[in-house]
Amino acid sequence: MTSPLDKKLKVKGPVLITANRLGDGAVIYRTNEGGWTTQFNRAAVVTTAPAAIELLDAAVADDVGAVGAYVAPVLLDGGKMRPGNLRERIRLAGPTIDLPQAAALPAERALSDGLMDRDVRL
Amino acid sequence: MYVYDDLDRTLLTERVCEFRGQVARRLSGELTEEEFKPLRLMNGVYLQLHAYMLRIAIPYGTLSTAQLRMLAHIARRYDRGYGHFTTRQNIQFHWIKLEELPNAMADLASVGMHGMQTSGNNVRNITTDQWAGVAPDEIEDPRVWAELIRQHVTLHPEFSFMPRKFKIAVGSSSHDRAALRIHDMALRLHRDDAGELGFEVMVGGGLGRTPYLALTIKPFLNTRDVLSYVEAVLRTYNQFGRRDNIWKARIKILVHELGPEAFAKEVETEWQSIKDGALALDPAVVTEIGSRFRYPTYARLDDSPPELAQARAADRRFDTWVNNSVSNHKMPGYAIVTLSLKPEGGTPGDATAEQMDAIADLADRYSFGEVRVGHEQNLALPHVAQRDLPALWQALDAIGVATPTVGLVSDIIACPGLDYCSLANARSIPVAQEITRRFHDLDLARDLGRLHINISGCINACGHHHVGHIGILGVEKNGEEFYQITIGGRADEEARLGTLIGPAVPYAEVADVVEDIVEAYLELRVRPEEIFLETVERLGVEPFKERVYATR
Repeated sequence: MTSPLDKKLKVKGPVLITANRLGDGAVIYRTNEGGWTTQFNRAAVVTTAPAAIELLDAAVADDVGAVGAYVAPVLLDGGKMRPGNLRERIRLAGPTIDLPQAAALPAERALSDGLMDRDVRL
Repeated sequence: MYVYDDLDRTLLTERVCEFRGQVARRLSGELTEEEFKPLRLMNGVYLQLHAYMLRIAIPYGTLSTAQLRMLAHIARRYDRGYGHFTTRQNIQFHWIKLEELPNAMADLASVGMHGMQTSGNNVRNITTDQWAGVAPDEIEDPRVWAELIRQHVTLHPEFSFMPRKFKIAVGSSSHDRAALRIHDMALRLHRDDAGELGFEVMVGGGLGRTPYLALTIKPFLNTRDVLSYVEAVLRTYNQFGRRDNIWKARIKILVHELGPEAFAKEVETEWQSIKDGALALDPAVVTEIGSRFRYPTYARLDDSPPELAQARAADRRFDTWVNNSVSNHKMPGYAIVTLSLKPEGGTPGDATAEQMDAIADLADRYSFGEVRVGHEQNLALPHVAQRDLPALWQALDAIGVATPTVGLVSDIIACPGLDYCSLANARSIPVAQEITRRFHDLDLARDLGRLHINISGCINACGHHHVGHIGILGVEKNGEEFYQITIGGRADEEARLGTLIGPAVPYAEVADVVEDIVEAYLELRVRPEEIFLETVERLGVEPFKERVYATR
């Protein structure tokens, strides 16, 4: 395993670890408990590079649970968290366009205040 | 249609079995992602933003109705009820599960379809003119040659690990409908002064970060030598192409850095050593491949039947559609019908399972069971009796594929962009949708005439923005979507790369910019028949640049 000291990861704000689930490619987030969740509001959020690297290393080591783990930015707005850029908003909420035949996302991935927002204490 | 034999069927069956085992070993953890990724890519399986994506080849753009119904089944059973036709005569499913992919591939194999070599550093799906075999300006059906090359390069061990991917297109008409010069290698069938049939060989085309048009390295190659020459080009590329830098690995970089003459010389040396060997084509082999393309038994019909004239006179909408979407056929009394996958506000190239099934039914009834896919992300029915056009139009209109905007401003070519693609920096589809809404007035669109807009969501240029009459490239600046605008590109027999008109504009202004460009064109053209491209060629980009940036 690569030492965290060997990695140059810049963390300028709150971040989380995200990936795709192996079996179906669903967007997943690393939790504080060392597992994965499809619910954004259950993701572990950290604010320093060493903490992010520790989370990332554990995520990458789980090669069967997830594919392509990486560090993604999070926005904290009044104690609530939201994806930190457009790419992550689209990964969470699905395409910004109407899908043919209103091919809806599964309920677990649906974008709602309940899923998007949560109180965060850092 | 091309008729598959036992060898084709066995190959696909074995490939599905192999992939099923690979998926099982990946899911169990026996294979790591690092080990599995190149295996899935060789079967057209990508991992995108939300899910896995399966890309399926439609060789030379020809689909049977059984195959189209199978695509509908795949959409319904394994995906979310729709598929996306791409700019390379492929279809993509964007929501497929890895766990279910082996079953999906087995279903596809049952109709001779697969995702082999739709990804990876090998020879990709061989493309041609979607009107192959029926175009009046065609010398000979190019699909026979495309199929010969396809068979030769499929799973060819020497060409499975090249420096980068390799795209080949084959054309055979005076008007290039296959975008030949933007391919790594293109073959244009033509006759020399003595009437002999041969190919013009072009190499080194490609868009992406460093766009180039292919250069002719052999003006005339006897058809007998096509396989040996393709092999010589691939070997030369394999030997000299760069593997140290992904951005410089495509053959276009090699050809343009080495120079076309020096590259051609290397190819010639290699070719001379193999041209009279096993790859020299026996005419009997060509005849055998050609015989597997089954053509319809056409009825003896006259052009312009009275019932067609009556229907056109009676219904302006129908007449508009005929003018826009119906093209001449090589057989009298028949027509080629383009089915638009570009409804106002829709996603370019998307078709639902219901539309696919309905189109298959209509193709069985009106087009001898055959459907075509073009690089413009539209479909075509290649063998329609002109007398059947009124009834066919009614049916196509009912399922939303008769929008009479083929070749016009709303017939936008667009990649999936950031709504799906993990490589994208910006969205393409909503930009296209907004432009179609701005130009929903059909009278205006027709007045504008031929005007192609191409949109890519990143520098990889899957939307071929460099060769759009108006090209739109999405980039990311400080976390925001911006778009560079080029004008004057074209992908036909006079292929040209567009010219950047100025600084990138934000997402919200792209449709406004297109409107500004179009308004400038309407003021600047010297007569209504002068199309946008001609105005740009006559005046350059400056007048358009001034209009766009005067208030920005």
